[in-house]
Amino acid sequence: MLLKDFIKLTLFSLISHRMRSILTAVGIAIGIAAVVLLTSIGEGLHQYVMGEFSQFGSNIISVQPGTTQTHGGNVAALSTTRPLALEDGEALKKIPQIVAVNSVVQGNAEVEGNARQRRTTIYGVGPQSPIVFEFYPAIGKFLPDDNTASPRPYAVLGSKVRDELFGDINPLGKLIRIGGNRFRVIGVMESKGQILGIDLDDSVNIPTARAMELFNRNGLMEIQVKYTPGANVDEVIASMKRVLIAKHGREDFTIVTQDQMLEVLNSILNVLTFAVGALGGISLFVGGIGVLTIMSIAVNERVSEIGLFRALGAPKNQILLIFLGEAVLLSALGGMFGLLLGVGGAQLLGFAIPALPVYTPWSFVFFAEATAILIGLLAGVLPARRAANLDPIDALRTE
Amino acid sequence: MNETQIQLDNITRTYQVGEEKVHALDNVNLRIEAGDYLSIMGPSGSGKSTLLNVIGLLDRPDTGNYFLNDTAVTSLTEEQQAKIRQQTIGFIFQSFHLVPRLTAAENIELPMLLAGIAPTERKQRVEKVLHNTGLSDRANHRPDQLSGGQRQRVAIARATIMQPQILLADEPTGNLDRKSGEEIIEVLETLNTQGISLLIVTHDPELGRRASREIKMIDGKIQSELHNKQSP
Repeated sequence: MLLKDFIKLTLFSLISHRMRSILTAVGIAIGIAAVVLLTSIGEGLHQYVMGEFSQFGSNIISVQPGTTQTHGGNVAALSTTRPLALEDGEALKKIPQIVAVNSVVQGNAEVEGNARQRRTTIYGVGPQSPIVFEFYPAIGKFLPDDNTASPRPYAVLGSKVRDELFGDINPLGKLIRIGGNRFRVIGVMESKGQILGIDLDDSVNIPTARAMELFNRNGLMEIQVKYTPGANVDEVIASMKRVLIAKHGREDFTIVTQDQMLEVLNSILNVLTFAVGALGGISLFVGGIGVLTIMSIAVNERVSEIGLFRALGAPKNQILLIFLGEAVLLSALGGMFGLLLGVGGAQLLGFAIPALPVYTPWSFVFFAEATAILIGLLAGVLPARRAANLDPIDALRTE
Repeated sequence: MNETQIQLDNITRTYQVGEEKVHALDNVNLRIEAGDYLSIMGPSGSGKSTLLNVIGLLDRPDTGNYFLNDTAVTSLTEEQQAKIRQQTIGFIFQSFHLVPRLTAAENIELPMLLAGIAPTERKQRVEKVLHNTGLSDRANHRPDQLSGGQRQRVAIARATIMQPQILLADEPTGNLDRKSGEEIIEVLETLNTQGISLLIVTHDPELGRRASREIKMIDGKIQSELHNKQSP
């Protein structure tokens, strides 16, 4: 049979039962639409989160105290981890590929200024923090490059803290108290907004050594390092390890690149997208059962026709193909309709709720349509095989 | 003209019906020449239809040999048999077996569609056969818009569109009134005079007598064969 005739013949069978063909196709369409819509939301969320995390620029390496490795023998005296010190950060600055180093301590404290109080996040940071995060002051200056051990008590306010404490008053040069200690405001950061629920504008930056004092810590929480773009990451890490081991005597710290962090995040988000896609898959499965049901009914209705086709010289394979073709066509058409529904729904959703990120990659669209066709094949195989294996004499006898 | 077209040697076909074994065909021997006109008569269950189905390659005998144009067709694969059905044999049924959702023209076209013949040639052949059978004005009617006689004429057109050598008709007039039945038989006999071998299974003795060879079957055996004078 010619391909054109084959398509015409199958399409004709579907059209002759217009209502039930449409309803069956709608079953598949809803399944495909659900998969496309849910994965679009999942993928949108994925891209949104990844975007939030990588907006600080890449080329960042983080050093954290302690290791995740397990050492042999639980000898308490030997397993003490030396905290990361300010000097470690200073030492890392000497590595040629490293552009900026930021030693970080973080805590929470009450900030008092202009006769108002606000509890907020305090970041103890180094003077190169803006370079690392590409996050600069909007007015005034950032913390100066003072003596790291005893820097002057300066503070740079987050934009929200400035608004809350000073309103329209120029805060530059004003004195504030943080946990009882006096600081002079020398700058206000640009507004960055929220990142994953953390409000970067609701914070105050002070020198690391001052923050350690304030929170009574003897070590840093993290050292962030920015290296020159294009530098070999492995070489940079190796140099960092050498420098730190020389100071600590052994490797009691963990180095994590931003790529590694993003990779972990990426895999988590992929699982999320897959999970919501699987939820949509349930409705697709139900749609597939609909195709199976309708094709079984179609075979039963057309037993005598199958007998006739055999008598007219159609071999078993041709009968198999005709019914498989109908099942595939049915679900392919449903799939296409579902794609329109899903992509349209996703766009509509993105339009109605701008805060909810949606993104439909083309690969999903093709994958969804391929899935619809595959479901048609799977659902069609059983009825089509039954049709092909009917005894032509019995089939002809059936009215 | 008088070469052997169909040769059945000791054909046996048994069915299991419940506990019982039914000999639908019991050691049947039959020779049919090209252009022969046979009627097969006999009571219900005598094996007439089974004989037709075996000749039409829809049924396989349990034992025995069947030669069609000197080819041993019993040993062929299902696919090869389908090809022979398509090219050599035309079926006509008591209940017409038209596809209800297709028009008369599309029903006639169906065997050529399945055989993969190009659309332009299909169209030509269908138009010609519609013209010859006087169905041109009924071409775009569906079966439920046609009379019984018209339906059977569409079915005959469909059975002959592939230009077969053999026509197998199982009670072709069984669902028709006398006048339409008469017309259908005349159409079939005309085809026979043009060289197609015609086998008609029937209950109707009058119809049976019209054939040049009249075969009576009882209990799966060929009981007798009468040679009638060819009716004009």
